[in-house]
Amino acid sequence: MAEHVSSTKSYIMVFLALAVLTVVTWAVALVDLGWANDIVAMAIAVTKALLVILFFMHVRYSTRATVLTAISGFFWLAIMIFLTMNDYWTRGSSLLPVLGK
Amino acid sequence: MASLTADSHGAHGAHAGVVHAHEHHPALQHQFDDMEQQRESSTLGMWVFLVTEVMFFGGLFLAYVVYRTSFHDAFVQASNHLDPLLGFINTLVLIGSSLTMALAIWAAQVNKRKLIVWMLIATIVLGAVFLGIKAVEYTDKFTHHLVPGANFDGSDFTEPRHAEIFFSLYFIMTGLHAFHMVIGIGLLAYLTIPSWKGRYDATYHTPLECTGLYWHFVDLVWIFLFPLLYLLGAHLQHH
Amino acid sequence: MDATVSPTVHPEAAVARPNYLNAEYGLKSWLLTRDHKRIAILYLISVTVFFALGALFALLVRLELLTPQGDMVQPDTYNRLFTMHGIIMVFFFLIPAIPAVLGNFLVPIMIGAKDLAFPKINLASWYIYTLGGIFTLWAIVNGGVDTGWTFYTPFSTNYSNTHVVMTAVGVFINGFSSIFTGLNFIVTIHRMRAPGMTWFRLPLFIWSHYATSLVMVLGTPVIAITILLVAAERLLHLGIFDPRLGGDPVLFQHLFWFYSHPAVYIMILPAMGVQSELVAAFARKRIFGYRIVAFASIAIAVLGFLVWGHHMFVTGQSIYAATVFSVLSMLVAIPSAVKVFNLTATLYEGSISWDTPMLYALGFIGLFTIGGLTGTMIATLGIDIHLHDTYFIVAHFHYVMVGGTIMAYLGGLHYWWPKISGRLYPGFLSRLSALLVFVGFNLTFFPQFILGYLGMPRRYWSYPEEFQVFNVLSTAGATVLGVGYILPLCYFTWSMRYGKKSVDNPWGAIGLEWDTPSPPPTENFYTIPVVTRGPYDYSPEEVHARRTEEVRVG
Repeated sequence: MAEHVSSTKSYIMVFLALAVLTVVTWAVALVDLGWANDIVAMAIAVTKALLVILFFMHVRYSTRATVLTAISGFFWLAIMIFLTMNDYWTRGSSLLPVLGK
Repeated sequence: MASLTADSHGAHGAHAGVVHAHEHHPALQHQFDDMEQQRESSTLGMWVFLVTEVMFFGGLFLAYVVYRTSFHDAFVQASNHLDPLLGFINTLVLIGSSLTMALAIWAAQVNKRKLIVWMLIATIVLGAVFLGIKAVEYTDKFTHHLVPGANFDGSDFTEPRHAEIFFSLYFIMTGLHAFHMVIGIGLLAYLTIPSWKGRYDATYHTPLECTGLYWHFVDLVWIFLFPLLYLLGAHLQHH
Repeated sequence: MDATVSPTVHPEAAVARPNYLNAEYGLKSWLLTRDHKRIAILYLISVTVFFALGALFALLVRLELLTPQGDMVQPDTYNRLFTMHGIIMVFFFLIPAIPAVLGNFLVPIMIGAKDLAFPKINLASWYIYTLGGIFTLWAIVNGGVDTGWTFYTPFSTNYSNTHVVMTAVGVFINGFSSIFTGLNFIVTIHRMRAPGMTWFRLPLFIWSHYATSLVMVLGTPVIAITILLVAAERLLHLGIFDPRLGGDPVLFQHLFWFYSHPAVYIMILPAMGVQSELVAAFARKRIFGYRIVAFASIAIAVLGFLVWGHHMFVTGQSIYAATVFSVLSMLVAIPSAVKVFNLTATLYEGSISWDTPMLYALGFIGLFTIGGLTGTMIATLGIDIHLHDTYFIVAHFHYVMVGGTIMAYLGGLHYWWPKISGRLYPGFLSRLSALLVFVGFNLTFFPQFILGYLGMPRRYWSYPEEFQVFNVLSTAGATVLGVGYILPLCYFTWSMRYGKKSVDNPWGAIGLEWDTPSPPPTENFYTIPVVTRGPYDYSPEEVHARRTEEVRVG
């Protein structure tokens, strides 16, 4: 496939979006939402990451092999974290998962 | 199994139906059939390498998740000894450097030779600013005896040992990140030379593209480090 | 008859044709080569050197274990012997051997490409391997490491007085060699297949190496960061595994085994790829269930990442997690079993020839089956409580790694040797070696299953009297095995100069690599092939036509 050329305007828009999201992430962190703080922070971080990956790294316009490669990296990281936490979340006497202990 | 044709410059296996004139671009390497195959291969190869980097940093993120789950309060307390303003500024700096990096590649795509160099330099400068701020932070930790090891002073913390683990992770994660940035800056500096000489244009700018991918990846890591390390206890800020 | 790439010439003239071996002479032409075939030869030499070193350590271990008392070396020394044996064999032989030697040589040719996607990175991977080896050798010369190849904390981070960091650095560097190889294979297989070479026309050797490369790329970085953390803790006291700070040594184990279990699939997947080629060629039949075998390769690579906790059943993870890992470990056995069934089904009603490569292939099927089945035994949580850290485990993994991987490696070397060197080797001697390897191997390791079952622990320098008989059998077997390994080293080397020159396709096999001269020209093909049929497309007439002349390897 021929190479896609994005416009400078699109790059600047992405930058602005990222900057705004960074401000939002800090602002939300100043408010105590209990366990929701983590969720929001990660959701924002993932959104920012997607913007960088899709637009700055041109994955939006890349071959299927590239897209699969990018996805698999993060998917494998998720496997490593979740399957390990499967141990830590269940440490303790009970067989049932107990979060945070 | 295979019959042989006299002419091999017809269809390519992965490019069904596409026929290219036999240009032999000076940057075309012999194992590739044409520039498009070379470009796609290089990009794919760089992404495969970035996947290894994801898993490399990933081990540290795993350690972070494990210990934060186990020592949540100690981590919150320790995180409050980091300055979120500096972290915030650094995040913006790095995002800005990703913008300039993307624009450097754009400049190549539209054949603006000098703009490539200016954008590379801008990226380097922003990267240097980032590292400068990190140096300020590290010095601060050093003077306050928050570097793990024999000189660690945990008196500020309810659970000093667990706080020491937080700071171990902080230094290893941001240190490894900074190391990657130094390499990135080195690569960018090196690339200014062929860029200035006009080696990169719309037909060929693969080294820029690959270095750009690397640089954006370093930005990605920081996007996650900032909230995880700096903003943990922000709602309890009392520094 | 199909047109062949090479004109039918007399074998004598064949080797004088320009090929990758005589294209250029001199050390520099080898050390600065970009040719994947020459790089494969460089790796062949390096892995053979490390294999010999690892075997030497094994010999010393087995000598000590001839008698129940520890009477040959000090216990500290014994710890270093088995550690260095493990580190060298795992990282410097088993992981690189088939991919970096046979894979490097054959992947481009089998898919119809002129070289790998990144020839310079390929060369760099060999230099990186060598550099990692030098660091490790330096550590060995200075006394080695005594932590076991598994580097468990806190012994490795806080208490061991040996060159942990130096060895760790060697392994860390070596990991990049693995990553670069995998990266190269993935991109090459995706982007550089010849016209008409669709995914499902690829030889299973390629599918296996693709699956292996996925594991290399996704797993190796994790052991890299783990090693870095051990070094950081040891040198800088950045203690995240230190129990004195509340750190968890089991976290080290999670990180370590997240790579080190998939690593065993890096070792066995290429071997299974070789197996498919050998069985198809020497049974003169299509592989039974080609697509299933291809998917099974990918399944093994993926599922292999989900089972690492079965190495940690007794070290402190939660019972719940242990149970989950036990169940998942049963799952990963399924695609492996599928492959064994399919290979066996391929043999059924095939036209079997008893050439040396086939002897190794048949040996693999039996030995890998035993290794795999005992693997499912110890994946069973309740059984492993008793068998963990005994010789049962040692026997299990040697059956799969030596009875599996090394047999396949040797089989592959014997199969493709005429392609690589243009020479033939003595048939009687090679068959004898295969027999010695098979007999020696079983004599070495089968008694170890019994020893483990009876309770003899591993990594112990002395043992109770009642275990001596089996230990003596094991050491005797090791000697026979050693002879079996030395013989090919001798006759392969001999053949480079004095071996009978081979025709292009001495086995009458089907595959793109057999359509080019033996040895191949630097650019692999005079003209890039266009592929119109699937792999292993054996028909009786074609098989007869392809067996040019009666020059057989014997």
